[in-house]
Amino acid sequence: MKQDKTPRQRARRGTLKKIFSYVGKYPIALSLCLLLYAATVAFTLYIPILVGDGIDLIAGAGKVDFKGLREICVKIGISLIGAALSQWLVSVINNRITYSVVERVRADAFEKIGALPLKYLDSHPHGDVVSRVIADTEQFADGILIGFMQFFISILTIGGTLIFMFLTNVKIALVVVLLTPLSLFVARFISSKTYGFFKKQTEVRGEQTAFTEEMISNLKTVQAFSREDENEAKFAEIEGWLKKASLDSVFFSSLTNPTTRFVNNIVYALVALIGALEIGGMSVLTATAFTVGGLTKFLAYANQYTKPFNDISGVITELQSAFVCASRVFELLEEEEQPSDEGNRTLSSVDGDVSFDSVSFSYTPEQRLIEDFSLTVCPGQRVAIVGPTGSGKTTLINLLMRFYDVTGGAVKIEGEDVRALTRNSLRSSFGMVLQETWLKSGTVRENILLGRENATEEELITAAKAAHAHGFIKRLPQGYDTPLGEEGGLSQGQKQLLCIARIMLALPPMLILDEATSSIDTRTELKISDAFQTLMEGRTSFVVAHRLSTIRHADVILVLNDGKIVESGTHETLLARGGFYHNLYNSQFG
Amino acid sequence: MKKLLPYFKPYRVQSFLGPLFKLLEATFELLVPVIVGLIVDRGLGARLDGAYPNADKGFIFAMFGVLALFGVVGLACSVTAQYFAAKAATGVASDVRKALFKKLQSLSYADFDRLGTSTMLTRITGDINQFQSGINLFLRLLLRSPFIVFGAMIAAFLIDVKVALIFVAVIVALSVVVFGIMFLTMPLYKRSQERLDEVTLSVRENLSGARVIRAFCREDKERAIFNERNEALKKNRNFAGAVGAVMNPLTYALLNIAIIGLLKVGAIRVEGGSLSQGNVLALYNLMTQILVELVKLANLIVLIAKAAASANRVEQVFELESSLKTSSEQISEGVEKEEYIVFENVSVRYHEGGEEALSGVDFKVQKGETVGVIGGTGSGKTTLVNLLPHFYDVSAGSVRLAGKDVRAYNPKLLRERIGVVPQKAVLFKGTIRENLCWGKNDATDEELWAALKTAQAEKVVRDKGGLDSPVEQGGKNFSGGQKQRLTIARALVRKPEILILDDSSSALDYATDAALRRAIRERSGDTTVFIVSQRTSSVRNADKIVVLDDGKAVGIGTHAELLECCAVYKEIYDSQYKDDGEVGA
Repeated sequence: MKQDKTPRQRARRGTLKKIFSYVGKYPIALSLCLLLYAATVAFTLYIPILVGDGIDLIAGAGKVDFKGLREICVKIGISLIGAALSQWLVSVINNRITYSVVERVRADAFEKIGALPLKYLDSHPHGDVVSRVIADTEQFADGILIGFMQFFISILTIGGTLIFMFLTNVKIALVVVLLTPLSLFVARFISSKTYGFFKKQTEVRGEQTAFTEEMISNLKTVQAFSREDENEAKFAEIEGWLKKASLDSVFFSSLTNPTTRFVNNIVYALVALIGALEIGGMSVLTATAFTVGGLTKFLAYANQYTKPFNDISGVITELQSAFVCASRVFELLEEEEQPSDEGNRTLSSVDGDVSFDSVSFSYTPEQRLIEDFSLTVCPGQRVAIVGPTGSGKTTLINLLMRFYDVTGGAVKIEGEDVRALTRNSLRSSFGMVLQETWLKSGTVRENILLGRENATEEELITAAKAAHAHGFIKRLPQGYDTPLGEEGGLSQGQKQLLCIARIMLALPPMLILDEATSSIDTRTELKISDAFQTLMEGRTSFVVAHRLSTIRHADVILVLNDGKIVESGTHETLLARGGFYHNLYNSQFG
Repeated sequence: MKKLLPYFKPYRVQSFLGPLFKLLEATFELLVPVIVGLIVDRGLGARLDGAYPNADKGFIFAMFGVLALFGVVGLACSVTAQYFAAKAATGVASDVRKALFKKLQSLSYADFDRLGTSTMLTRITGDINQFQSGINLFLRLLLRSPFIVFGAMIAAFLIDVKVALIFVAVIVALSVVVFGIMFLTMPLYKRSQERLDEVTLSVRENLSGARVIRAFCREDKERAIFNERNEALKKNRNFAGAVGAVMNPLTYALLNIAIIGLLKVGAIRVEGGSLSQGNVLALYNLMTQILVELVKLANLIVLIAKAAASANRVEQVFELESSLKTSSEQISEGVEKEEYIVFENVSVRYHEGGEEALSGVDFKVQKGETVGVIGGTGSGKTTLVNLLPHFYDVSAGSVRLAGKDVRAYNPKLLRERIGVVPQKAVLFKGTIRENLCWGKNDATDEELWAALKTAQAEKVVRDKGGLDSPVEQGGKNFSGGQKQRLTIARALVRKPEILILDDSSSALDYATDAALRRAIRERSGDTTVFIVSQRTSSVRNADKIVVLDDGKAVGIGTHAELLECCAVYKEIYDSQYKDDGEVGA
């Protein structure tokens, strides 16, 4: 039956292998770690024994064995140096391995993000990918390494303690071994009971957060309708439940420590009792006799004995979650990459000859979008793409830039299938401005220079002026060197102007403008459009637009609806046809 | 903490009893080593040959009984302490949360703009939760650890002064190490966190900017940047980790050195007869307690410092006074005047010393007029209409309604007369009816339907299944245009004297927009309407159009007049109409 592993087991085994492929890169450091841990445990367990022996040597007035004591003190000294040193070294080495693993996994993950097709990035929430690369990676490396080491240390400690205790006194050892796990049960019992309380608290808190978020983010509306009192009442109502749920979960969860401490105290008392009775029962002092020093050792051990158990139960959950995190990270690392560029030709000297040869495309197999679409665009032509929102205007751009690959037919530039060209050479022959502006965190200058890295200051300013961005940039606190955060602090329109400035700087052979001026007010737009006209002169351009002037002057208009190209032609022929475009036009201007 | 202290008042009993019971428990814990020492000395009665035939079994059992009793009483004490601490912490946090919610609601538009929504949300969620667990920890533990540390020291002094000096030395040394290392590593860890933030930023940017990065073929450069940050993070952590890793071994070593000292000094004292073996045992056990508690204390201080920082941030919000200036008059009615609404030389400045958002705007509106406000993005349109319900304060000039400055009105009563349809169409979780009743709490079905009809939203509601059909959070189950129409209906339900439409038909197609404006004009009678828009088509029929450019009114008049004499208006008009217009979405 051994072959018959469940897929889950197989997946687990796979994950384990992959984890090892990262962690196993440091065999020497790892074995050194294990060795040092063993040393740490040995030294730490040895010191209480030495102290116990020492106490035996100071039995009473006039009975102190100073010579023996000196020897013991030297031994303690050596042990403590050994323990401290090995403990420090092991943490340092362990840290180093962990951080190196984290670094390498992250580097691989980042590389992966660059190699993933946009299809993946578009269909997966970014927050989820970020948490895989950042949080999961961290927890996986932390959990695996520290968890495993902790586990190792705990087992050694438990083993060592047991051996010592049974060798010294079986009776007391039995008491400790049998009773100590009680505290673990108590802890487990409490945490299973409190789970329900925590869940309740989380639920109520979630509800409150949702309400607060809704009202606080829309405070302006709240005030406009003077709804403050109603909201306050509602908030107080939820708060009442939350208060109760919080009290329950805070109180009951805080019982763990006192109760386990109670069990430990009882064990401690029992050790003292039985130990004392054992000592008292000795009639003659023999070599194996139980002494006050022996009692000292036992008390110290009884105090420490629960700790490794607690650690192990913590470690197990940690390892489990580390495993889950690892599998999430590896899932990302194993996503299918976009086809490699290797062996592809570099596109050079672009005239702007673009054609779609019976192209078919769909994002999902169930929903066909573009089917058997053909179009030839001559160098310098302007193609306008129109259609209602959500009609798939952006899809064509995705295919042109090869953000997505066609499912049938081919997109060709200069007669070559884009799939036979290197992505870099293809993409750098297009200049693209999208409706969704994206600025990187950095200065205004850095953002414009994305267009052409080595541009001179003069070229930069010329481009900014052409995009009508120079004026507002100059008014920013530090001009071109103003840092832009993720939010940017700029208006949507200003962001769009910066994106346009990039293109004005790049001056690529072909242009893609996807609602490039949608957030800019109509007056500024009019001014920019002159600059665009000049830019488009002699450049093949694809323009998604709602402005009629752009559309009317286009050489070809593609009319999209529901993701399909329903009509194509010039403004006049389309109007004459009396079809979808005609209706669209008339609904706005009729 | 000054502003937050009063919230502890109702829980002062709990806040006092919690730590008190905790101290009782700690006292019992401190007594345990002493009792064990007694067992050895008195119970066993050590004899010269090292055997203990005359052990006092009764005493030993009695002492065991005492230890067990300490355990039980200790448990009872600490459970009581935990209860009081939990009660006080959750109670105080709950009251603070309610007060904070109230406070946030009372702030002005300008305050929201400055604080930002996400800040306000973190204050009321994350910060207060942090504060709550801080109180809880504080009441439970902050007194316990120092008490045990010093209690152990005092117990040592009671047993033997000379040996106790070792305790003093080791407590000082351990404190220096524990707190010193914490102090050293804190900035290091903070730096690590910053580096991690940079790495995160890289990842996030490369996801959100994937298209642009690929379009500009920046992949290699981005990878280089990432690798550099990633490497820097590793180096930083390796260093911080190496420093932080000193703490445990060093404290361990110090403690054991002290134990060596204890054995040596103890040996001399025992030899001289001034100390017993049991005493040495007790001292040893006391000493081992110190380290654990000091480390706990150090970690606790970190947590409490975090909670204090959170408390401070909450407090800052309480310290905010609404920046809105309201006079003490609080009138509800103005004196009806011929000049219904007057903007007199109005200027608005959001920040002290900042650019003016509006400067010197001056116009009058008769009752029942329709006023168009037009201009580019950032020209001050929204600011202008938000002055009337007194959402913002003017920095110069005045806005008057029915002959009285809006600042003289009770804000609530003033706002009840005005229906606002904000730029951002917001619906709240609940039903359509609940949303519409924001306009008027006790509106009848007829009133609701009438408002919906005017707002061109009748069909929307019928299609969704009537007034009681659900609205998801943020109105997610409605399209932008549907939401806009419902928010217009919400404002109409209260049959306002003044209706403000702040660019609230931008998501509507031209036909619906036109029908809406017609319906409002027909129904509203003597309602004064403000229409804010970027489109000349939306305002062309207004009685009066205010053209804003960079916060200045560059033209006031009718459509025809403005076309004649206002260059900006003509430019806007031309950009939308001359030889073109808009097609598609």
